[in-house]
Amino acid sequence: MNLRKAVGRTPLHLVILFFVGIWFLPTLGLLITSFRDPSSVAGSGWWTIFPKLFSGGQFSLQSYVGVVRDQGLGRAFLNSLIISVPATAISTFVASFAAYGFAWMRFTGRRYLFMVVVGLMVIPLQMTFIPVLPIYGKLGLAGTFPGIWLAHTAYGLPLTTYLVHNFMAGIPKDLFDSAAIDGASPFMTFSRIVMPISVPALASVFIFQFLWIWNDLLVGLVYLGALPNVAPLTVSIANLVTNRGQDWELLTAAAFVSMALPLVVFFSLQRYFVRGILAGSVKG
Amino acid sequence: MAAELQPHGGQDSRRRTHIGKRIVVGLDGSVAGRRILKSGRAMARWFGSVRWNSWAFVAPALLLIGFFLVYPTIMTIIRSFFGRGTALFGPTVEFVGLTNWKYVFTNEIMLTSLRNNALWAILFTSCTVGFGLTLAVLLDRVRYEKLAKSIIFIPAAISMVGASIIWKFIYAYKPAHLAQIGVLNAIVVAFGGEPVGWLIQRPWINNLCLIAVGIWIWTGFCMVIFSAAYKNIPRALLEAARIDGAGEWRVFRNIILPLLGPTAGVVATTMVVQVLKIFDIIYVMTNGNYSTEVIANRMYKEMFNYNNYGRASAIAVVLLILIVPFMILNIRRFAAQEGAR
Repeated sequence: MNLRKAVGRTPLHLVILFFVGIWFLPTLGLLITSFRDPSSVAGSGWWTIFPKLFSGGQFSLQSYVGVVRDQGLGRAFLNSLIISVPATAISTFVASFAAYGFAWMRFTGRRYLFMVVVGLMVIPLQMTFIPVLPIYGKLGLAGTFPGIWLAHTAYGLPLTTYLVHNFMAGIPKDLFDSAAIDGASPFMTFSRIVMPISVPALASVFIFQFLWIWNDLLVGLVYLGALPNVAPLTVSIANLVTNRGQDWELLTAAAFVSMALPLVVFFSLQRYFVRGILAGSVKG
Repeated sequence: MAAELQPHGGQDSRRRTHIGKRIVVGLDGSVAGRRILKSGRAMARWFGSVRWNSWAFVAPALLLIGFFLVYPTIMTIIRSFFGRGTALFGPTVEFVGLTNWKYVFTNEIMLTSLRNNALWAILFTSCTVGFGLTLAVLLDRVRYEKLAKSIIFIPAAISMVGASIIWKFIYAYKPAHLAQIGVLNAIVVAFGGEPVGWLIQRPWINNLCLIAVGIWIWTGFCMVIFSAAYKNIPRALLEAARIDGAGEWRVFRNIILPLLGPTAGVVATTMVVQVLKIFDIIYVMTNGNYSTEVIANRMYKEMFNYNNYGRASAIAVVLLILIVPFMILNIRRFAAQEGAR
């Protein structure tokens, strides 16, 4: 009986194995290639390492040295951090203020303004570049970190505000009533009560937004261009593809440099990350 | 609407009557001022009803959204009726009427882009939603669910630039007499075939190869959402059907699928919106060459390579028009949700 049940479940496991294989092997191939001896990358496939896995001499860190030192990806990694961390912090901060205002304050047009925010969540960013660029040029913000912080903050605001709003709107009303009775101003209620209990939600939004900005290519291309002293990893790597398109030892190492941080964030904070996704799409 | 009936900050309404009274007391002495008093009261009422406190909370966000999203959207629509150049307006920019619009809907590359975006929308959306749903239901039945889900979700956490390089490497092509380093061509050669230039074979093979990358990236995202919704279905409901003699397929078809319908709607719209704006994959893997152009990449080229803000604006507006129905859908969904709260 048990055996028959196990045999009957074999197709299920095979289907899953098929999917997991396709979703895992490409990344594994990239990782292996990036650690191979650069001179052998162009001559043989990455799977050829397995028969002589322990014979030694086929692995090296040379590709990483190459991209970080010679191709300037060390600087680009730093740029990505300088762009993502402040931009995420500012946008989470501004969004939590706005979310509180939209969820618990009453003012004329609140409902309609919030609907506009919800609608803007999916607006194509392509609609925004052409009028902003000349202004950025005049203000000297083009190609600067503050310029891209502001742009990323604004572009992320509709979604982050919506996500934080969903959480804050669920806080029991009694809490606000008792705060008001105790004489707390709206600002005090916000900073002493609402913010502390929103920490888990804010963490989700922060991680979500951080990865979005870290992984962004388009906004970086438009507002920073290829200037090596400000360009983030994604932009630098896209340039590398254009200039060194066949040098797979470089491309694979470069791609892994850009993936390392998101992977660490994802595996260590998976819970928050998944929660962020769910809050954005499923009701609540 | 139920949400409107909910008394929000009780403090605020108290303050309103306060301000009103103070002004009324101040004006009450004058005899001739009945009318003034009346309009004064109205003014005070209006002034009191503007919640300065509340505006202070939303003002920073609204200013940023206004400057970076609302103002540019309006200007881009207007700019689409003007000619080339990289100025927004000014003496160098001339009014060209519908010229850019004619270009958008008649130029061959634009037509290719529109066709490709349609192809992307159909294949990408159906596969991500289909795979995501299938995986969510299947993985619920095995003990290594968590591990498998993490693996399938990885592509959603990394950048599309990184994912594009991963797949460009899978599709790598070497002439037949050399050893293949791309997995796909190695398989083809192992089975006795000729290596294929996957990203060059137009118009179907290369576009399908690019769409596959998109599917690989986004399936994990769909799976996570479906999985959460699936786990919300009471197990007793499924068990009851099974005890009544329904096979697994019938349980899926008649119970699981209808219950996951609304989720599928949300996921599918999210995917369509994503796919209409698809840019990174094309930019990195083919830059739109060999008939793989898409709307967003074309817009980027017109803007930066050809310095034609007029055409670029018109192309952007095409994207907007395609996305507006989904904006409305989102707003409706939100309004219904608010009403239910």
